[in-house]
Amino acid sequence: MELKPSDFRVPEVYADWCPGCGDFGIMNGLQMAFAELGLEPYKIVMVSGIGCSGKEPHNVRCYGVHTLHGRTLPFAMGIKVANPKLEVLAIGGDGDGLGIGAGHFVNAGRRNIDMTYIIHNNGVYGLTKGQAAPTLQLGLQTKALPKPNINEAVNSIGLAIISGFTFVARSYAYDVRHLKDTIKQAVQHRGLAFIDCLQPCPTYNNITTKSWYSGEDRKDDSGKPQPRLYKLEETGFDPIVHFPEEDFDKKVSAMKKAQEWGDKIPIGVFYKTELEPTFEDRLRDRIPFYLERPPAEQKLTDEEELSIVDLSEFMSELKTS
Amino acid sequence: MAGGPQGSGVDTAANIFGKACGYGGLHVFGRREYHSNIKGLHSYFHLRVSQEELLANINDVNLLAAFDAETIVRHIEEVVPEGGVIIDTKDTNTKILSIPTLPPEYKQELALHLKEKNLGETLNDLLENAKQRNVHIFPVPYMNLLSQIGEKLGIPQLSKITRMINVLTIGVSFGLLKYDRQLAEKAVKAIFAEKGKIADMNVLALNQAYDYAQENFKDSCIHSLEKTNTNEERLFLTGNQAVAMGKVLGGCRVQTYYPITPAADESEYLEAHQIMRTRNGEDEAIVVIQTEDEIAAVNSASGAALTGARSATSTSGPGFSLMVEGLSWAGNNEVPLVITYYQRGAPATGLPTRHGQSDLRFAIHAGHGEFPRIVLASGDIQECFYDAAEVFNLAEKYQMPVIHLLDKAMANCSQTYPVFDYGKFKIERGELLREKDLEGKEYKRFLITKNGVSPRVVLGTKNGVHWHTGDEHNEIGHISEERLNRRLMVEKRMKKLELVAKEILIEDKLKVYGDTNSENLVVSWGSPKGAIIEAIEMLKQEGFSLGFLQVRLIHPFPTEEVKRTIAGKKRVINVENNFSGQLGGIIKEQTGIAPNYQILKYTGRPMTTTEVYEALKAVLTGKAHEREVLMFGA
Repeated sequence: MELKPSDFRVPEVYADWCPGCGDFGIMNGLQMAFAELGLEPYKIVMVSGIGCSGKEPHNVRCYGVHTLHGRTLPFAMGIKVANPKLEVLAIGGDGDGLGIGAGHFVNAGRRNIDMTYIIHNNGVYGLTKGQAAPTLQLGLQTKALPKPNINEAVNSIGLAIISGFTFVARSYAYDVRHLKDTIKQAVQHRGLAFIDCLQPCPTYNNITTKSWYSGEDRKDDSGKPQPRLYKLEETGFDPIVHFPEEDFDKKVSAMKKAQEWGDKIPIGVFYKTELEPTFEDRLRDRIPFYLERPPAEQKLTDEEELSIVDLSEFMSELKTS
Repeated sequence: MAGGPQGSGVDTAANIFGKACGYGGLHVFGRREYHSNIKGLHSYFHLRVSQEELLANINDVNLLAAFDAETIVRHIEEVVPEGGVIIDTKDTNTKILSIPTLPPEYKQELALHLKEKNLGETLNDLLENAKQRNVHIFPVPYMNLLSQIGEKLGIPQLSKITRMINVLTIGVSFGLLKYDRQLAEKAVKAIFAEKGKIADMNVLALNQAYDYAQENFKDSCIHSLEKTNTNEERLFLTGNQAVAMGKVLGGCRVQTYYPITPAADESEYLEAHQIMRTRNGEDEAIVVIQTEDEIAAVNSASGAALTGARSATSTSGPGFSLMVEGLSWAGNNEVPLVITYYQRGAPATGLPTRHGQSDLRFAIHAGHGEFPRIVLASGDIQECFYDAAEVFNLAEKYQMPVIHLLDKAMANCSQTYPVFDYGKFKIERGELLREKDLEGKEYKRFLITKNGVSPRVVLGTKNGVHWHTGDEHNEIGHISEERLNRRLMVEKRMKKLELVAKEILIEDKLKVYGDTNSENLVVSWGSPKGAIIEAIEMLKQEGFSLGFLQVRLIHPFPTEEVKRTIAGKKRVINVENNFSGQLGGIIKEQTGIAPNYQILKYTGRPMTTTEVYEALKAVLTGKAHEREVLMFGA
């Protein structure tokens, strides 16, 4: 049976984001990507943190686990490691992933678990009424801030690269087609994929707005807006590590691209390698049957429901006779 | 007792000694004490050996094997008349107050003590004083022994073999005690089994020291140690190991942890034994993940539990503090999560490597909001094992977090124990629906039911798509702030505690020992159990009668059962390793009956049989205060 985006809709839930919120675009992108990938809803688990983005799983028909602020990655890790047969996507806000959950972000990179992490990057904490998020540039004063932002912004793309994410991309919530394609690539990527999804917050971010991204404030002589976003794939940029020796150079060029912000903001894939072993590969090296019979599917009992474990090897090590 | 600077092999020595005694059919109970330090500070291992079963430590030391001067200073007064002290000859002239590892507050205490007793300033003065109490001193020139060994091995640089001093002390000890040499060799080989040549070198050292003791101290030690015959098969293990094995038996397939004392040994042992045999011939495995912090540990264990893998995390106080928000999420989402909680000296970093039982109320109350949980406290190694398996059944049957409450004393004690009989352990998964149960039906994860338990579906099951959220939720798992739904959900979750209270086995709720008809009743929980049972037995020999109530199920509290046991007693004596008598307080809250005596200890050292005996006797003979604080143990 062919799947359609509508198969992933959740009509019984009213999506309560503000009108014009980028979260709708991300929801559409996810539903379209899942349909095109032919992933059945019960095989997908969407894990989220807290904030407006945390509600994303409630609006996509698949298993949804809406967790704690900043903890989307640990929950997702537990799920994926216990059952690597599931398609796991972690969803979070910029504050969730790069503020309160930044330690998990860095450590997730060290493991390279085969799953996808999408950060909703709008520069503000929306649900608590507009405080500065870790991705807001120094000195900007979005409308709910009493004073300009006193902190520098985290470079999410750069942090992902140096933390060890093996697929690092950026997309834009209002370019649903681009987002959908990026999500598809991320899901299909073998290893930990990161998408930094730019999105305006129509209610609290009055600086990096939709019209700012599309360059309404800087028109050329003919009056045409000059969009700030440009697609890396249209510039001939090759993010893929084809052989181990070029990994360093690929990382360096991705880091250079990660520095671009302001009038020229790249979207697309910055870096991708499938030459690194995934966490699942590393576990399989220790437990040969790990992928065939992962923790979630192992047998615990015999026909009489007695524990099937034979402890005699444990005991013999400790025996006094 | 063996003592010396941390990193000098005190543990290894004690393990060799204990194992050798175990091989000889003897019972062993070992208590391990160490500083939060890698090298240099004082550590010791107190091993008690007997032909009878042992449940705890006592104050007396019959033979003290000192690797350094500090061990003498700290322990010589624990050595009984006719006991022996093995000391390195080079240490005898050490100036006591110049030992650099003694902290100033202890030096002050010590200086006062030396003055009071009119003792001189060197170790020799302490030794001479001990001799007056008929303690035998056995000076051993370890460096000479080492150079003889070095010659035999062709290793001229002694620095390469000084590590073997620990085995030399064991050799001297066994030589003095005239213990079976083959058993000692067997233990050395077992401990160094994976280290090839090192095992042979240590066997040589053992024998060299054994011979030295026999030649030089012939018959001057009145104690001896004889092997005995037993048909009982036994294990020599720690609480950490017992818990790990129990988890394997209970079907644990994912364990997460962040390194912390005294919990980490359990996870490391599990990882080392990751692949397990089964009775159907197919191997199974447990995935052990060292996470970046305890927040990740608890939440990834919750995530894993949602997939149907039995999952646990293991920690101690500081780690559990970080897990608290995750615990609340697990409670709200009815996750069968197991948290193994080893208490240690607290608050804050507290006494990181020492014992404590001050987190009872924390375990019961941790987490914002009201949600059901089970708190089960083990009191000995056997309970550690069976409870570690059983908590997974409880977690899945009642779909709630279960805290398995333990402590450092149990985690780090080494004890001989009859081989566990585990063949009949039943795995109970509770109401768990599979794909075929769901066909054509609408599934609601948080269905309101009469007893509060909603049939569970694990992530990835066909036809079972549902949602989880930390927000209050409706039956499908979507966010809901509606007042009626809220009320029903709160009541549904809390109602499960009634089911737990009704169904849980009485032996999981409490155990009683001694004379339960007596007008005197000791109440306690956790590791003081062994010392209490032994103390009651000693008092029985003297004609005193006492019962003992061990509370195991701390939450939901078995109020009726406890009330029945303590009602009408003349003396209810509460025994705990904390300041405020936390169990006593809970008993008072729940039953309206307050214990009239408190025997408490919060020095970071576990209670010994000796001091519990003395305190109970004082209570029974009217010589005790309402609150007795115990102090024994360096």
